[in-house]
Amino acid sequence: MERALTLTKTTIGKKAIMALSGVAMLGFVVGHLAGNLKVFSGPEAFNEYAVWLRTVPALLWGTRLVLLAAVAAHMASAFSLWSRNRGARKNRYAKKKDLATDYAAKTMYWSGPILLFYILFHLLHLTFGGMIWTDGAALFGFEGYTWAHSNPYNNMVIGFTHWPVVVPYVLGVCALGIHLFHGIWSAFQSMGANHPRYNHLRRDLAIALAVFLTLGFLSIPAAAMMGWIEPTTQTFYYPELEPAPVTVP
Amino acid sequence: MKTKNLTLHVWRQRGPNDSGDFERYVAKDVNEHMSFLEMLDVVNEDLLENGDEPIAFDHDCREGICGMCGVVVNGYAHGPQERTTACQLHMRQIFELGWDELWIEPWRATSFPVIKDLAVDRGAFDRIIQAGGYISIRTGSARDANETPIPKDVSDAAMDAAECIGCGACVAACPNASASLFTAAKISHLGLLPQGQAERTDRVRKMVGQMDHEGFGSCTNHGECEKACPKGISIDWIARMNRDLLKAMTTSADDIEERD
Repeated sequence: MERALTLTKTTIGKKAIMALSGVAMLGFVVGHLAGNLKVFSGPEAFNEYAVWLRTVPALLWGTRLVLLAAVAAHMASAFSLWSRNRGARKNRYAKKKDLATDYAAKTMYWSGPILLFYILFHLLHLTFGGMIWTDGAALFGFEGYTWAHSNPYNNMVIGFTHWPVVVPYVLGVCALGIHLFHGIWSAFQSMGANHPRYNHLRRDLAIALAVFLTLGFLSIPAAAMMGWIEPTTQTFYYPELEPAPVTVP
Repeated sequence: MKTKNLTLHVWRQRGPNDSGDFERYVAKDVNEHMSFLEMLDVVNEDLLENGDEPIAFDHDCREGICGMCGVVVNGYAHGPQERTTACQLHMRQIFELGWDELWIEPWRATSFPVIKDLAVDRGAFDRIIQAGGYISIRTGSARDANETPIPKDVSDAAMDAAECIGCGACVAACPNASASLFTAAKISHLGLLPQGQAERTDRVRKMVGQMDHEGFGSCTNHGECEKACPKGISIDWIARMNRDLLKAMTTSADDIEERD
């Protein structure tokens, strides 16, 4: 049977989807770090940033939908290529020497799923925490760690004083850095963005972004553990952050 | 002149449907000036004398330009010498590494089925070329030299890509058994030249379509192929192929048929 060959059916098209969806997610990660570094400007600045995120619901939900689509496309392409590549060499070598590849490239199929599980944990903790631990229940059972809708600063900073929250966070951020080290360079190659004059910059950019994002995200739990940023005793009330009152019909 | 006894673990497989296994041989008094294939020739002489089946392996020119030979030696496609085909690999280079034991395997890829022992069927490469790796232009009688101007750097670049001898080491070395380097080199060497422009869009679509159809894996940008390539073909050509395909698929009005 013969059908029209479409771009998304080719291996190169699938890699382009991975590159483009990866860039979308990378854009979010950069913005996410920029926003969360406000934690160093104090509880008020951080909480007001959280309020600001909710001022334009269309933007918030637009971003969420684009990200969900990007995650779905990235995973679907990765799975499709992974199963194809497994089938492309059914009999393995008894001896195989790697000459060029690096740790990051070889572990993409590990760092990706680790990131996925970490993001699910991260969402359950800091996005849906208020729905899971209701009515003053202690988050993860930690004494004095209760959800405050209007105080995301405390929700984050108190969490980062507990090892069981910090450990998966550190693992997730390291997986992100390793994934990006190969992913950013790989995206240029997959999209055919190469030029002898600029080629060396592709690896440099991948290293710079991976290191900057990893250290940036790690600085927050590090500061909380060292006591450089501390939970606030101030009380905050923002109607935008409080859950809508439940109306019983 | 140095000689040495080597232990060989050679992949023996009676045919495409045989499961195959390693067989141990001792290569006695291997001369340092022998090529790798000459060493196998001597082992085969012994096997024939004892009435055993000789080891089947591909070879033709034995001067590193035809692309016929190729085995994986201790995990290295074409052996450990950089930019060298298996036939131009010499035993002194193996002695220098202090290797006493060699694991000799065929290219392993589902799209390169083993014919026998170390010989694989690379017909998939031929079919990729048949799909579009040519210029169907009526050349007529001989033309004047330099009638079609081609800048020196362009002809040099086209020659760099055309250096590919189609040996399949890129597929053998790739963790995904991808044929991207081969296909990219063939697409690029024609696509760079003025004569190749007319079919550039169709060529990339047809050749990539055939590459995928043959069941090769996808490129995950590890760069193993470039290092294993005896001709030093650069993975920059893969980026160029990707660019050509993305452009062709997003701007061309015609469909390309996909084979099932």
